[in-house]
Amino acid sequence: MTEQFRTTQGSRVDRSKAINFTFNGKNYKGVEGDTLASALIANGVHLVGRSFKTHRPRGILTCGSEEPNAIIQLETGPRSEPNLRATQVELYEGLSAKSVNCWPSVNFDIAAVNAIAGRIFVAGFYYKTFMKPSSLWMTVWEPAIRRMAGLGVLPREKDPDTYDHMNEFCEVMVVGSGPAGLSAALAAGRTGARVVLCDEHPEFGGTLLNTKEIIDGKPAQEWVKTAVAELEAMDNVRLLKRANAFGYYDHNYITVHERRTDHFGPGAKPELTRQRIWHFRSKQVVLATGSHERPLVFADNDRPGTMLAAAGQTYANRYGALPGRRGVVFTNNDSAYSVAIDLVDAGMDIPTVVDLREVVDGDLPNTARKKGIEVITGSGIVATLGRKRVKGVEIATVSSDGSQVTGTKRKIDCDTILSSGGWSPAVHLFSQSIGKLRYDEEKVCFVPNVSSQNERTVGACKGSFDLQSALDEGAAAGAAAAKDTGFGKGKAPASPKALVVEEKPIKAYWVVPTDHPVGQGKRKHFVDFQHDVTAADIMLAAREGMHSVEHMKRYTTTGMATDQGKLSNVNGLAILSSQLEKAIPKVGTTTFRPPYTPVNFGALAGRGINGDLADPVRRTPMYSWHLENGATFEPVGQWQRAWYYPKAGEDMHAAVTRETAALRDGVGILDASTLGKIDIQGKDAAKFLNLIYTNAWLKLPVGMCRYGFMLKEDGMVFDDGVTSRLGENHFHMTTTTGGAAGVLDWLEEYLQTEWPDLEVYCTSVTEEWSTLSIGGPKARQLLEELAPDMDFSNENFPFMAWRDGVVAGVDARVFRISFTGDLSYEINVRNWHGLHLWKKCMELGEKYDITPYGTETMHVLRAEKGFVIVGQETDGTQTPQDLGMDWIVAKKKGDFVGRRSFIREDTARADRKQLVGLMTDNPKEVLTEGAQLTYERVNPTPAPMVGHVTSSYWSPNLDHSIAMALVKDGHNRMGQWIYAHDRGKVTKVKIVSPVFYDPKGERRDG
Amino acid sequence: MLYIKCPFCGDRDETEYHYGGEAHIARPENPDELTDAEWAEYVFMRTNTKGVHRERWVHSDGCRRWFNVARNTVTNEIVSVYKTGEKPDLPEASTSKPAPAKKTSAKKKEGA
Ligand SMILES: [Zn+2]
Repeated sequence: MTEQFRTTQGSRVDRSKAINFTFNGKNYKGVEGDTLASALIANGVHLVGRSFKTHRPRGILTCGSEEPNAIIQLETGPRSEPNLRATQVELYEGLSAKSVNCWPSVNFDIAAVNAIAGRIFVAGFYYKTFMKPSSLWMTVWEPAIRRMAGLGVLPREKDPDTYDHMNEFCEVMVVGSGPAGLSAALAAGRTGARVVLCDEHPEFGGTLLNTKEIIDGKPAQEWVKTAVAELEAMDNVRLLKRANAFGYYDHNYITVHERRTDHFGPGAKPELTRQRIWHFRSKQVVLATGSHERPLVFADNDRPGTMLAAAGQTYANRYGALPGRRGVVFTNNDSAYSVAIDLVDAGMDIPTVVDLREVVDGDLPNTARKKGIEVITGSGIVATLGRKRVKGVEIATVSSDGSQVTGTKRKIDCDTILSSGGWSPAVHLFSQSIGKLRYDEEKVCFVPNVSSQNERTVGACKGSFDLQSALDEGAAAGAAAAKDTGFGKGKAPASPKALVVEEKPIKAYWVVPTDHPVGQGKRKHFVDFQHDVTAADIMLAAREGMHSVEHMKRYTTTGMATDQGKLSNVNGLAILSSQLEKAIPKVGTTTFRPPYTPVNFGALAGRGINGDLADPVRRTPMYSWHLENGATFEPVGQWQRAWYYPKAGEDMHAAVTRETAALRDGVGILDASTLGKIDIQGKDAAKFLNLIYTNAWLKLPVGMCRYGFMLKEDGMVFDDGVTSRLGENHFHMTTTTGGAAGVLDWLEEYLQTEWPDLEVYCTSVTEEWSTLSIGGPKARQLLEELAPDMDFSNENFPFMAWRDGVVAGVDARVFRISFTGDLSYEINVRNWHGLHLWKKCMELGEKYDITPYGTETMHVLRAEKGFVIVGQETDGTQTPQDLGMDWIVAKKKGDFVGRRSFIREDTARADRKQLVGLMTDNPKEVLTEGAQLTYERVNPTPAPMVGHVTSSYWSPNLDHSIAMALVKDGHNRMGQWIYAHDRGKVTKVKIVSPVFYDPKGERRDG
Repeated sequence: MLYIKCPFCGDRDETEYHYGGEAHIARPENPDELTDAEWAEYVFMRTNTKGVHRERWVHSDGCRRWFNVARNTVTNEIVSVYKTGEKPDLPEASTSKPAPAKKTSAKKKEGA
């Protein structure tokens, strides 16, 4: 038996095209145009999942993206996707899906779990049940909840699909393609402005596809067809369907998630990107996002077969799928009567509409009465029967204030309940745009009030629920939005005429009473279906002091599931406000945040998911040589730097031991091209350097270099590097690899905002030069061979000098500076000569056993000498004095950036954390970087921390571990023993000078 | 993400810029003459404006010029962009104007 509930109606499905699919292991048939949910309903399947906490059976509640219950895992294998809403998944041949919330199976009841779970999951359960003992959280509670909740499974395989991003501009962006959105797009499109219309559904038309409205005397769907055809013919209009506008950010930046191929089935269109994120900047925005029907909160309102009224209408009208055989409609407003009428016309038995209002005399209710539907007023559903499917309801008169059942109960058999508690405008995007909401007492909903951006809200999203208003407001907004961007005269085209049946006012009624007071007895009034939050939970939260809606929300988890409370927010807020006896606007509303509906990570990552494109990679001209010669690489920012060069069988320790020895005994070569380089020119260049470095620069001779510290105004070290005077008004500055861009911005900041009178020009030249650092006792011999025309004698080319020359046949600047303590030269050549020079060095250096070394060896060598690395020894809270480098601060040159802060009380304190060396008692023990330090071995709790280890290495040259650390009052504590702590392990260490190797600097000149 | 009009290049995404903090705080001419409190005022203290805030930005990935932006910190509306050295009077932020009062019924709320 298949599709017992399929009717001969259904305007948007093609019954001649059958589609086979599988749900929870069973085979079914649907038809073209179905969603998974509509096909299940056509097959009489309502039980689609289990609730998150209490494991109650749950059915399909809605027909759209707000669905909280029908959450499914689609397909298996690498293309499997968890947490999709069956109400949005379009049916395709061979589709296979299963419920996510159904361990061990959707039909299997676990009485024990239910009984326990009911007691565990009270309001605030995260804070009560699981707090003590905390050790149970990871081992017992978390896995148990996860398994019970079965929140879907992520595929383990690499995603085989591609995704992309598009950036686009437009004059008018229209979100939502119901009557208001289509009217807006038409009005704006006709002016010639660039218009984008997007809708999350597979077809344009919005609710007009679900209902039987009349426009200009004809079925509204004919008007939709004409409108879409006109839009399609406009070159200036971009139409995006299956495209969910999920984020509305500053300055009309709107992100749209377009599902391009999912409806063909997984992998069916390999030539297309599967999904796309659009990034729109729109000058004007029209929000026509419609509204969501609210469920009524009544006893056991979660039985499968309970559905929102308009969803039932949609399944019947649009898909030709009857929600059941016999249904009771439960409402507090007139809109549900059109549902009852349509369902009767579709062949369903609707014996009764139960209305909470005492007086029901609108045109729609009267039409329903004429169809033979009994209308019971002043009454509510006070109990539901059935477990895995509704079997009936008990109705009774209820007091107008919601406090109690006043009449005797009457039972009505039915398999479906269609409930309508009114309509909540889908103000999510409006709210994301920082628009302010207002509570409308008459319409019983929040509506947009004050816009924060260039935006207009129209139609149901504005609380204008009748069709004529939607058409009129859309046309007016579309025309006005276009005019504001310079298109058209702002006059709205005449709207078509809708057949409008006037509706009588809704009655606010937040919790329908039952036999027992809410929260007592076994009946539950669900507010948030996806997170299993009941009215009783919210009342308890209020009693326990959660008076702010934000507190209540977090305490009960209302609205925090993947549906973001689209159905539950207003009900939850209203229940809280009743408890607090405050008006709803006084309690406020929660903030909506992106995304409107979940967006998968693949789409967000775009092509960056495929590795290489995730982030730019910067490589030096010698990268290919490093690669060919077995280097391992270390990312430094976006740069890929050679880390070490292991020979066959060597691990890092062995390679670094060999590399460090080569540098101290022979000659080593390092690719230092990533160092930041800034060319500084202008007649005030020296004066400028004098202001931004701590030391004196005016008298530095041309041909000489100087090491300098830059500080921020708070006196703390910010960057360092060697700067060389190329000419009277020309300097070459180097910065740290990671700090280059920040330093350039910072130099420009001072030049442009503080000292615009200085004539100085800064240019980033990092990539212009390849830098090869050649160091070790044999470096001079190698340089003499590389550059026979240059004089490398100590007399003519002393330490901290630079010289122009020809090296290996190409123009070069050679700097005699050292980051290792040994004789060392840094050769800069134009970057296209870098590889040539490197190869030449390797060739001529072979007889000296020249050894390429990477950043690890560089770090060990500099640490042996106690040279700091900004960002490793410093974290923005160290002065030069803290680093023991008072010598670098000029005392007489006058003002420079940061100088005034040295005499601030805190900066001048003698017992600040200061840089020292540490030696372990056991020479083989290497401390952990980041280990915390204390003066004493045994400490009270909390222990008085006095610093931490900043650098720590094994030093092959010293045959001893070495470490640098920041220690409170460290400079006064030389020779003292303190203690390093690493996750329970305590190591005794001695405070020493950070200069471990060659303290007199005798190796510098070779 | 903001959309900022560089006075030299035109409209660009926020990703091309870096934020530079509050504008129009000049570095003192003679820091040595200031008390610790006065110096701390310059180095550390900033207003925490709710409403239109004058601030500095630099077009790092474009012309590298610093300039000033007057931005409503509530709505992020940019009411003015101007060059360093200028300080124009600002137009009122359009989005910070109060909404026209809307009459709501004082009808007693019904329901539980
Ligand atoms: Zn610019």
